[in-house]
Amino acid sequence: MMALLSALTPLNAVLLVPALAIPVLALVGNYRAGAIINVIACALTLAAGLSLLFAPRLRTDLLIIDDFNIYLVTLTTFVGFTTSVFSATYIAHEIEIGRLTPKYLRFYHAMYQAMMGSMNVALVANNTGLMWVGVEVATLSTVMMVGIYRTPEAIEAAWKYFILGSVGIALAFFGTILVYLAAQDVLGEGLPAMAWDALAANSAKFDARLLSLAFVFLLVGYGTKIGLAPFHAWLPDAHAEGPTPISAVLSGLLLNVALYALLRFKMVMAGNQATLDVGAVMMALGLVSLVFAGFMLYRRRDIKRMFAYSSIEHMGIATFAFGLGGPLANFAGLLHMTMHSLVKSAIFFAVGHIAQVKGTQRLADIGGLSVTHPVLAIGFALGVIAIAGMPPFGVFASEFMMVSSAFPRAPYATLVLVFGIVLSFGAMVLRMQEVLFGEPKGPRGPVKASYVPMFFHLALALVAGLWLPEPVVRWFRVVAAQLG
Amino acid sequence: MSPLAFDIAHLLAGGMLVLSFLLLYQDRITAVLNVFALQAIALSLSVAWQAVVQDAPHLIVTALIALVVKGLIIPGALHRIVRRLEIHREVEQVIGGGPTMLTGLGLVALSILLVQPVKQDVGILTREDLAFALAVILLGLLMMITRRNAVTQIVGFMSLENGLVLAATGARGMPLVVEFSVAFSILVAFIVFGVFLFRIRERFDSVDVGALDRFRGERRDQR
Repeated sequence: MMALLSALTPLNAVLLVPALAIPVLALVGNYRAGAIINVIACALTLAAGLSLLFAPRLRTDLLIIDDFNIYLVTLTTFVGFTTSVFSATYIAHEIEIGRLTPKYLRFYHAMYQAMMGSMNVALVANNTGLMWVGVEVATLSTVMMVGIYRTPEAIEAAWKYFILGSVGIALAFFGTILVYLAAQDVLGEGLPAMAWDALAANSAKFDARLLSLAFVFLLVGYGTKIGLAPFHAWLPDAHAEGPTPISAVLSGLLLNVALYALLRFKMVMAGNQATLDVGAVMMALGLVSLVFAGFMLYRRRDIKRMFAYSSIEHMGIATFAFGLGGPLANFAGLLHMTMHSLVKSAIFFAVGHIAQVKGTQRLADIGGLSVTHPVLAIGFALGVIAIAGMPPFGVFASEFMMVSSAFPRAPYATLVLVFGIVLSFGAMVLRMQEVLFGEPKGPRGPVKASYVPMFFHLALALVAGLWLPEPVVRWFRVVAAQLG
Repeated sequence: MSPLAFDIAHLLAGGMLVLSFLLLYQDRITAVLNVFALQAIALSLSVAWQAVVQDAPHLIVTALIALVVKGLIIPGALHRIVRRLEIHREVEQVIGGGPTMLTGLGLVALSILLVQPVKQDVGILTREDLAFALAVILLGLLMMITRRNAVTQIVGFMSLENGLVLAATGARGMPLVVEFSVAFSILVAFIVFGVFLFRIRERFDSVDVGALDRFRGERRDQR
């Protein structure tokens, strides 16, 4: 018994709790019980994730906890938990109107835990291959959930996501093999040649041409998962057609995990001076995504699709910051990832409530929310203001830091960055006005769901915009230095 | 390494590449499936040969997975799907056979050019295997792009994946290769059953993925 308890380190718990919850949830027939178990499992994972902060750092050949992934694990388990709370009320409504049946919900909850567990695997893996497996399983489980409504639109979205995601991770795998080949000369055969810390420490001795070739495949592969234009085609469909809790975790977490994977490889590249300039490539892709998404935002007629494009935009901004590099820009990028994750999931919570009370996702059929549902309108407005980059929320802080650090170093690129940010700001404010004001449309029934997750996320984003806790600043500084 | 071992490895990897080209211009679905099964068998032979050359017995497991899953079970399942859905007619191509073959040749040249200057010091076998694998991967991608039928897209993806396994087993001493091949088999099985699962046929009266494009971008009608 003692041996069993001592094996239950926070790190193991982060991986084991979801793994154990999958079969339980697959067997529980009652959807209410399933939703409660889902919340409890997520709460336990969150507790494990938080206790990880106080546990000693460690590394093995397969798992690692360092300054970079520790905060992402905490963020992932936290957003996973709040989304599970949101999901519990959301699905109760879906059952009521008959869009989902209890049988599908069993499947849904099991897949939810599969996704949480595999994202944690991807985050704590110290092995390039294990991380790849984590991303793959997370992709598969979200594919299943995107298609769960079984409408033609949902099936199209799931199939598209499936094929594009599979090709993306296949290409990423080829890149992973190439990195191993580059490392094998120096580190020898076997596990150490796939371990992050060993790769990053020794990359100066690797063959630069092989590394460069590998990074191209990794960038296209994981870039597809990040949703960078022009590899983004799956993203708006998957966000719009799946259940809203899944849109929230897709945007808030899975995109971050894919970006994390790419950044780990960038750390390896940063140690070798002779490789191609990955920063410039990432900056270009980031700006293309930002400006492209900024224009696309104006033409959206579906509220979830619109915020999906907003995710592409923000991932583009973060990628630009990491591409620029340097302590300040990297710091801004890390902050931006975190803030986007919190705010965008809050927005999707709000959008989920709106779509349920109004019975539609079409922007044209949603209006006068400030009259019909004032509290919901305030939450939605705060979310949109935050994501558009207005002070005092955290997104403003990260974007301001980014622009001010980028101007002296890359003035023209920064002009494009500012143009993109302003462009999407305009679209956001325009759409927000349509939703909030004007002729009240649609049903006025009360929202039978909790606003707590949404306002909690927004409060955190607000606090982060005003004051960042000391340990967070320290982690970000250390990681920003490692990213080069 | 003896020249004979080298030549056999080359022959098998080259065989896979030739089969990739054969896949590109087949115009009947059943023929596509048969050629794919052949490629999977060539892959399993190639992996088994690597297991002997590298003295890595665990690769035999990967070879067996390739042979049983991709050489027998999946082509068999797809044959059944094709028969049940009555789609064993012609494969619609976005681009004609000639231009596709020329593009394929270009891709092979590209992969040789990309890999050749890399890693002069590594074993020549690894490098050439890598070039073959990259060519198979790119041809698989090309096949996915040029075909409009869901079943042939799946075959294109699996052929791409054959290239990945070839690359992974060619990388000497790469850990977890067996686990990766299992993970890929799961992925492929998911895709194959996805055709059933997503009921593409029933929903759209066709496995032509063009039918999926009806409302690309925006929802036209209100739900």
